[in-house]
Amino acid sequence: MMTAGRLQQALSAALLAAAIGTPFMSAQAATINIHNGADPTSLDPHKLSGDWENRIAGDIFEGLVTEDPAAQPIAAQASAWTVSDDGLVYTFTLREGIQWSDGEPVTASDFVFALQRLMNPQTAAIYAYLQYPIKNAQAINTGELSDLNELGVKALDDRTLEITLERPTPYFIGALTHYTAYPLPQHVMAAVGEDWVKIDNIVTNGPYKPVDWVPGSHVTTVRHDGYYDAANVQIDGATFYVLEDESAALKRYRAGEFDVLTEFPTDQYEWMLENLPGQVQVAPFAGLYYYVINHNKPPFDKVDVRKALSMAINREVIGPQILGTGELPAYSWVPPGMANYDQPYMVDWKDMPYTEKLAEASRLLDGAGFNSSNPLKLQLRYNTNENHKRIAVAIAAMWKPLGVDVELYNTETKVHYDELQRGVLDVARAGWLADYNDADNFLNLLKSTVEHNYGRYNSPEFDSLLDQANASTNVQQRAQLLHAAEKKAMGDAAAIPIYYYLARNVVSPRVKGFVNNAFDIHRTRWLQLVD
Amino acid sequence: MLTYALRRLLTTIPVLWVAITACFFILRLAPGGPFDGERPLPDAIRQNLAAHYNLDRSLVEQYLIYLGKLLKGDLGPSFINQDFTVVEQLMIGLPYTLTVGGTAFLLSIVAGISAGILGYMYRNSFPDYLLGIVVLTGLVLPNFLLAPIFQLIFGLKLEWLPVGGWGGGAAVNIVLPVVVLALPHVARISRLTRASMIEVMHSHYIRTARSRGLSKASIIWRHALKPTLTPVVSYLGPAAGFLLTGSLVVETIFGLPGIGRYFINAALNRDYGMVLGTVIFYMILIVVLNLVVDVLYAWLDPRVRST
Repeated sequence: MMTAGRLQQALSAALLAAAIGTPFMSAQAATINIHNGADPTSLDPHKLSGDWENRIAGDIFEGLVTEDPAAQPIAAQASAWTVSDDGLVYTFTLREGIQWSDGEPVTASDFVFALQRLMNPQTAAIYAYLQYPIKNAQAINTGELSDLNELGVKALDDRTLEITLERPTPYFIGALTHYTAYPLPQHVMAAVGEDWVKIDNIVTNGPYKPVDWVPGSHVTTVRHDGYYDAANVQIDGATFYVLEDESAALKRYRAGEFDVLTEFPTDQYEWMLENLPGQVQVAPFAGLYYYVINHNKPPFDKVDVRKALSMAINREVIGPQILGTGELPAYSWVPPGMANYDQPYMVDWKDMPYTEKLAEASRLLDGAGFNSSNPLKLQLRYNTNENHKRIAVAIAAMWKPLGVDVELYNTETKVHYDELQRGVLDVARAGWLADYNDADNFLNLLKSTVEHNYGRYNSPEFDSLLDQANASTNVQQRAQLLHAAEKKAMGDAAAIPIYYYLARNVVSPRVKGFVNNAFDIHRTRWLQLVD
Repeated sequence: MLTYALRRLLTTIPVLWVAITACFFILRLAPGGPFDGERPLPDAIRQNLAAHYNLDRSLVEQYLIYLGKLLKGDLGPSFINQDFTVVEQLMIGLPYTLTVGGTAFLLSIVAGISAGILGYMYRNSFPDYLLGIVVLTGLVLPNFLLAPIFQLIFGLKLEWLPVGGWGGGAAVNIVLPVVVLALPHVARISRLTRASMIEVMHSHYIRTARSRGLSKASIIWRHALKPTLTPVVSYLGPAAGFLLTGSLVVETIFGLPGIGRYFINAALNRDYGMVLGTVIFYMILIVVLNLVVDVLYAWLDPRVRST
């Protein structure tokens, strides 16, 4: 029989275990273990910039709209909205009874507060520019306007939010799914200031709330019971593991320590297809891998030289043979499947047999005065990475028959992009993943006024087509203008698209409801675990 | 002894200052900044960030601001883990690193010295050769190879141990990282012990002990062990420094939240505050460890004490 003293001991031990081990105790329940790559920079949505951070942020916070299993925008904290006829004023009605994880109601002013903070230059939000379509957002963020209340976001009452835009933006609802548009707990920030984001203070409004964060190890979340759709959230909690070593992650997946891998070592792809049947999920992703060419440096200012370099790349072998995961060859600047855009413009020589492409490229380069006796010398830059290296080596070999002498030059990522930004390059590797579901997001990379137009492609016609498109209120007409802009840029061989990215996940048969999509966004809320 | 220790500690302050200064300016010479990456930032955002972290001030101003904060024990913010200051990150990571590194250190000493003595006792016979092979394996296989091999064998094939993770500090989770970390040190310590013992056992006073008819075990344990350990102890200082500062490779492969990865990652990420923080931490640790080694030396070898 247990004595009173021992009973007390046992009880306090149990209580202690419950207090310390809540996330681990419920690990016995349906919790999912997700391999998440790098350490998140922060839990503060305004400090984020990476997809691994988005995975956590989008589980614990939620905007007016959110991503469905296929990453399409659906109503979330807002239950409905109307758009004015000129496409400038959006009026959102917040869902009834939505609350923060401490039980406080989520109000329209939480959104106003968050968007004002996002644009406040003092917040130094990396991704603030994503919400620049909002009226006066850019002016406030760049310090031209100092009154935050000038921002085009108003709370008409607790449940009605009005957002006014600079100009009609067809992708605006999509942009609102982004973490830059999440509400923030004003009441907590008023009480504890910037410490609101500490794990003991943080209050969130999404389907989950964070309960544990050990930098370098993991972030753990548990279900937020006050969430409006909590009854349909099937997984009790998630642990996002920090692990940048992909082979180690694969081993841990095989040992059952992870349920989802968000990246895998590509050289193991064949092995995985055979040994983990049905678990490898490879799907087109809204992203472009490309080479930029320096338009300010002869002879790369000649369209024939750029076109020859682009044509001579045998894109068909890069995905299947060099990368081994079957990335699709890119002949357009905008990846297929972007919203409000029918079909990207494909270069007119896309379907030419490779030998003919090579002959034509050779002819073009010869016309520009380069051939095997007078080789074109160029430096090809890439940031240090096995795959970038493989592709660069292969492309250098493809250029060789044209009489192009390639010097490969690799630096670590920070140095690479620093030099690209300063225009130190002949030809260099770059990549772009869509921020929002719109062709403009890709075409913008070639605009003369944009910093990350590394090659400094400068075409007034292209710029004007983009400006016209963005001033247009007619979706159809806008798409046509964007298409014309893409055609212009591809005709000028403004840069060299190489392949469209793939989303690469490995998903355990235990996990149901995982839908491949072009944005690689899979909120835990939509998943289920079966045993 | 105490004044000696204090003096040693005080002399490190100018060294520390020089190191911090050099480190501060060298870091800024490297191209690229903490916010450069795959995704370029618009100028306005770049300026906002620079202003937020004082990066828009002159270098000298930034340096003075840094030194001023440092004197108050504030190592500043980290650019990469923004919810934690540099001090907080080091404090969170340290217990993990100390647990794994400390265990590996103890294992290295116990296993290394035991293997060395065994190797001596059975020298040039089968057990010595076997130990030699094991030890050599530990020495020549780099940890980035050994760790995945162990994961494959003990985690995936035999399923005895978890492949990785901290697992709330469960003993099974730290076995593999500890062994991987310790193995090369076990190897070196056992070789040092064996060689040193052969030398010591040939010295005159051991011959004297032997001639008095003492048993072999008693000679080794009571007379030979202490002098044998002198070269081992001088190796232990750097070994402890190495183990207690964590290991990038082991932490990355096993997914452990230690501080070893900060040193390299912070430099790659241009996380200026974090790099300086780890440099300061390492320097203090190494100075303290060297001091401990000196004190141990004095205890082990009376000749050091008299000088």
